Amino acid sequence: MIYHQAIVVGGGMAGLRVAIEAGAQVDTALISLVHPVRSHSGAAQGGINASLGNAEGGKDDNWESHAFDTVKGSDYLADQNAAEILTKEAPERIFELEHWGVPFSRTEEGKIAQRPFGGAGFPRTCYAADKTGHVIMHTLFEQAVKRKIKVCPEWMALALVVEDGACRGVIALELITGRVEAFKAEAVILATGGAGRIYGHSTNGMIVTGSGMAIAYQAGMPLKDMEFIQFHPTSLYGTNILVTEGARGEGGYIVNNRGERFMQRYAPQAMELAPRDIVARAIQTEIEEGRGFEDAYVHLDLRHLGRERILERLPGIRDICMDFAGVDPIEKPIPIQPGQHYTMGGIDCNEAGETELRGLFAAGECACVTAHGANRLGGNSLLETVVFGKRAGEKAAQFVRGKEGAQAGDGAVLEALEKVRGKIAGLMEAEGGENHSAIRAQMKEMMTEKVGIFREEKAMTQALGRIKELQERYRRAQLTYKGNKFNLDLARCLELEGMLEVAEVIVSGAIARRESRGSHYRLDYRERDDENWLKHTIARRTPQGPQLSYRDVVITRWKPEARKY
Amino acid sequence: MAEPAKSSLKVFRFDPDRDREPHFDTFEVPQREGLTVLEALFDILETQDGSLAFRYACRGAVCGSCAMYINGAYRLACQTQVAAFSSGELTVGPMPHFPVIKDLAVDMTEFFRKYERIMPFLVAQSAPPEKERVQTPEAREAIDEMVDCILCGCCYSSCPTVWTDKEYLGPAALTKAYRFLADSRDEAAGERLSIVAGGDGIWRCHTIFNCAEACPKRINPTWSIQQLKRKSALRRLSSWLIRSST
Repeated sequence: MIYHQAIVVGGGMAGLRVAIEAGAQVDTALISLVHPVRSHSGAAQGGINASLGNAEGGKDDNWESHAFDTVKGSDYLADQNAAEILTKEAPERIFELEHWGVPFSRTEEGKIAQRPFGGAGFPRTCYAADKTGHVIMHTLFEQAVKRKIKVCPEWMALALVVEDGACRGVIALELITGRVEAFKAEAVILATGGAGRIYGHSTNGMIVTGSGMAIAYQAGMPLKDMEFIQFHPTSLYGTNILVTEGARGEGGYIVNNRGERFMQRYAPQAMELAPRDIVARAIQTEIEEGRGFEDAYVHLDLRHLGRERILERLPGIRDICMDFAGVDPIEKPIPIQPGQHYTMGGIDCNEAGETELRGLFAAGECACVTAHGANRLGGNSLLETVVFGKRAGEKAAQFVRGKEGAQAGDGAVLEALEKVRGKIAGLMEAEGGENHSAIRAQMKEMMTEKVGIFREEKAMTQALGRIKELQERYRRAQLTYKGNKFNLDLARCLELEGMLEVAEVIVSGAIARRESRGSHYRLDYRERDDENWLKHTIARRTPQGPQLSYRDVVITRWKPEARKY
Repeated sequence: MAEPAKSSLKVFRFDPDRDREPHFDTFEVPQREGLTVLEALFDILETQDGSLAFRYACRGAVCGSCAMYINGAYRLACQTQVAAFSSGELTVGPMPHFPVIKDLAVDMTEFFRKYERIMPFLVAQSAPPEKERVQTPEAREAIDEMVDCILCGCCYSSCPTVWTDKEYLGPAALTKAYRFLADSRDEAAGERLSIVAGGDGIWRCHTIFNCAEACPKRINPTWSIQQLKRKSALRRLSSWLIRSST
């Protein structure tokens, strides 16, 4: 058994920011599925929002305007107190990142450069070319090294330890050795990222499997608003690697097979810079109505920006297009289609990262505070990791300090450890004959097809039935490799169990919500219904499946109104 | 129905705990347009051999997990198209000169230990201003290449000095050191130069340029190391001049 006062699970931007904060006050260790610099925050491209007013045309920006854009972008499902905190604390967090060394791109006066982004009233997205996540994540890791934060890379968290209404630690598998170990702690902070890989056609890395959401849910924590899945309008056709919204922020056009900038018909004011849910639906509609290419994609055209601007502002996008699609965007338009991108929902927590379980906190994409509501604005997710990461770290440290000298015994921890060890031993011996990779592939395809951009009751009910079948088959999963060392077969089989459960929560919430709001678009209920559905979905685990209840949205200053762009 | 055409992958296999020596296994993987080496490895893992070990994460050439030695060159498996090697077999091995953990996964502990040795963080002695520190676009451009590094280890694995000198800091750590030295906001030049100019540092680089050739992000670590050498020499010269003039 390993003991630290605080254990952070996840090494991306949120986890690192939590660890930096908590580590300044209490003994903190960070465990991560991959080495922190491999985390998927590093793939974020376009930027991070704050109303700095550094850009031409951004002088009148302020946090209230940022908060309003966030709330309107969320289709009024964001808790407005959370959106206020997110946007009010944004400048301070950005300057802190800059002081820590983040190499932001610069304006002529040497300030942090900002570009326009979707759904934003001013150019407020701070960027480092199109590699913003990469440079911030590396800087946060550098700060963790500076502060000598203990990092345990390549540990897969498998279960939380719960005793007497409190979290006592986490059980994890060391990938390299196959050792299953207990990390006892006074506070556990989950920062494991989204659940994108439950879907096919995802921009997310292959490690983004919703593992933290799953272990929290299995420990009895509710998941909130899970039916809201963001589809990014522009993922590269073929691999679905992200093509940043910054490409449109810099002035890129989206055109169909008639050469028409069709956003004119969907969002005449904002055009290509409407929020993601709206642009993604527009593209999907064009493709489905026969105005795409090969019935699969449309074009993102950057050619008019010119070679110099593309090389300066979007060098990473150019490399991605050339390496993965054989297209040089200086010469040719980029084939793009919508792809799953972000999980708005997550572990139910407040603006300090506290969950309903004492000692358990959450931050980043795995958490749902909720500042993004039914649709997150581009540039707000990196912001969330640092604003709410800091807050969760602070609160967790405060919690630990408050209970010094009152540590619990090891009983529950050891019991949970034995349970996980037993489960793995059982899986190693199982001979049910089912290939878990085949189950995973079917889940992904089915979720994209039936619980995707356009949804309706019949297909989703079928999807729920299919998930039950897949869960049944999962119980007969058989490993082909039974060794301990670097057993990917085992690791991937273990993570699939949680993915199926999270998928079930997504579908259940989506079936129940009979309205269209933000990313959740129902062909059978096309309008937003504030009277009945201006509320958060809360899903709790029961043996029969998720049990849904609802909670009011916090509205402070902006009354819900029609959402026009 | 005709079987789809297949590509042949010869994959390095080794579990130091069990095997006396490494060997290669050959797998046939169905071809399709756009198939990357990483996807081919997943095909093997999922349908043919669950014991295969390799690292992966982003599959978009930004995380640095899947650096390997593919047909005699350092590459990211996710960034490498199987079809790029139309003639015959594809050989996939771990990055050489790293200890093998299992198959294609290598032990990067030393690599990261050396990264930590070079003080890999911005050091500013002066108190931060209320807003951002001002940095001109030109000053920012000076670190453009170095901040692209994804710490994949290709350069380190390719460096002949690393092969023979266990303590040599290596091209990745030195590039990181130059990234901070060249940052107009950093105020620890003296300390940085004394770290990199030590016996395990820049003067061990023989400008062979393997690292530049190996880098999947097209960074030239040799150039960064040359800049460090120049700054270090100038510093010694100026301190000698100051001393001799007083």
